[in-house]
Amino acid sequence: MMNPRTVQKIAFFSLFLSTLLIVVPVGMIVVIIVQKGLPAITWQFLTDVPRQGMRAGGIFPAIVGTLYLVLGAVAFALPIGLLAAIYLSEYARDNVMNRIVKLAIVNLAGVPSVVYGLFGLAMFVVWCRFGASILSGALTLGIMILPIIITASREALEAVPQTFREVSLSLGASKWQTIRHIVLPNAIPGIITGTILGIGRAAGETAPILFTVAAFYLPRLPKSIFDQAMALPYHLYVISTQVPNVDEKVRYGTAFVLLAMVLTVNLVAIVIRYKFRKQKKW
Amino acid sequence: MDKIIVRGLNLWYGDFPALINVNADFKEKKITAIIGPSGCGKSTMLRVFNRMNDLIEGVRVTGEVDIDGTNAVSPEADLIYLRRKVGMVFQRPNPFPLSIYENIAFGLKIHGIERNADALAGVIEESLRRVLLWDDLKDKLKRSALRLSLEQKQRLCIARLLAVKSDVLLMDEPCSTLDPQATERIEELMRELKNNYTIVVVTHNMQQAARVSDETGFMLLGEMVEFAATREIFTAPKDKRTEDYITGRYG
Ligand SMILES: Nc1ncnc2c1ncn2[C@@H]1O[C@H](COP(=O)(O)OP(=O)(O)OP(=O)(O)O)[C@@H](O)[C@H]1O
Ligand SMILES: [Mg+2]
Repeated sequence: MMNPRTVQKIAFFSLFLSTLLIVVPVGMIVVIIVQKGLPAITWQFLTDVPRQGMRAGGIFPAIVGTLYLVLGAVAFALPIGLLAAIYLSEYARDNVMNRIVKLAIVNLAGVPSVVYGLFGLAMFVVWCRFGASILSGALTLGIMILPIIITASREALEAVPQTFREVSLSLGASKWQTIRHIVLPNAIPGIITGTILGIGRAAGETAPILFTVAAFYLPRLPKSIFDQAMALPYHLYVISTQVPNVDEKVRYGTAFVLLAMVLTVNLVAIVIRYKFRKQKKW
Repeated sequence: MDKIIVRGLNLWYGDFPALINVNADFKEKKITAIIGPSGCGKSTMLRVFNRMNDLIEGVRVTGEVDIDGTNAVSPEADLIYLRRKVGMVFQRPNPFPLSIYENIAFGLKIHGIERNADALAGVIEESLRRVLLWDDLKDKLKRSALRLSLEQKQRLCIARLLAVKSDVLLMDEPCSTLDPQATERIEELMRELKNNYTIVVVTHNMQQAARVSDETGFMLLGEMVEFAATREIFTAPKDKRTEDYITGRYG
């Protein structure tokens, strides 16, 4: 028999070690990318087009492309996702049809992103004849983040206490007035957080934009939503694997910008959630 | 004058009969108490009057509940109009997580009553005065209603009904979360309000029923066993079961 105190120590140590094992890689990724990428960040790097076959110059078109794609994806997915979430949590009865819908949403979240890319290619690029374009890419990314937005919004709506709905109805409010004036305002923080997490996901993915929008090398800004565009994750992939002799600084600089964008977005989500959680009192 | 006339009312939750052939007349501008042991159907009865039972799946109602000449339980009843007229005060004080001002303005807003800011402020002041909150809160209207004391919250919930001009107030154990002093003050308010409103109050507290009500109905297992003047119920009950309850022979 081992001394209980020894067992306790071993248990504590292995738990601590496992936790450390999660933190270390994350920390190392951040440290390495900051260390190697930060020196590349100059005003020119952020605002110039790529030059000399992407071995020099900047990454401005890729930054702009990613911003367009993300905005487009949210503009598409937020209204649809929010309305679907309202329907599912406020109106839908618990029947087979709605259970299938809910199951589908859960599974949609688990679909690998390259499958979204292929779907976007077939659906938007070919079938809708949008071609490889910002529109096709944004719609593909939008569908990819729909489950994130729907799930977060549903959770936010369902977290609003039932009594508020009852009181509102008992005052003679209609169901829609109740949702509009009582339920939604109390769910907005959760909806915003979910949307921002969706943005972070959309900004970082390569596979969905690979076939639907991404330009290998396009040293100018897109003029319309039917143009192709460069995007940060794909650009990073290209200069890391497809173009020989790219300076390490350029690669890590690009990774740094992408990481910084995604982390900033997530940070905003965390701050919003924290602020509203402190305010909430019921 | 009878404000609410209940005839042959039955209600089922699925197969379970929660109200069985209830008949009762609730007098205008009086306080009627409904008493009875837990689970006898008091809340169910109240929730028939403003159709809150509609929110529960599998509820079936037969019979008639006449309020000001219209049958409240008919499928054609205008629920928005009915719920505005027949307001409800819940057991747990439940202001919205909004400011004091907005809590009262909410009802006016959804019914499109007062759009003019001055008139709105007037109605809000009037409503708060009636529940004796105005003097305490007139400088704090922008504060969150969640920061009020329980008693103040319950008063605010009453004011919220007065603002939309409810004329029947249904109160489901309105004092059960309050201390004895606050309870006494709410009872005082109820007596005051009865000059203008018809009040139906469910209570577990027989002293409370005896103190505030003009008439009392005693319910048992979904039936309205006896319904009469409060003094009669408490001094000379006609039904053996009422007497047993009054003298404390049920839980
Ligand atoms: N949603 C529901 N579904 C099924 N049965 C219900 C439902 N609500 C109430 N009941 C049943 O109906 C009966 C009456 O309930 P009700 O809440 O009206 O009683 P009550 O007299 O208000 O009790 P209490 O004093 O505990 O508040 C109880 O037996 C209860 O179990
Ligand atoms: Mg009850």
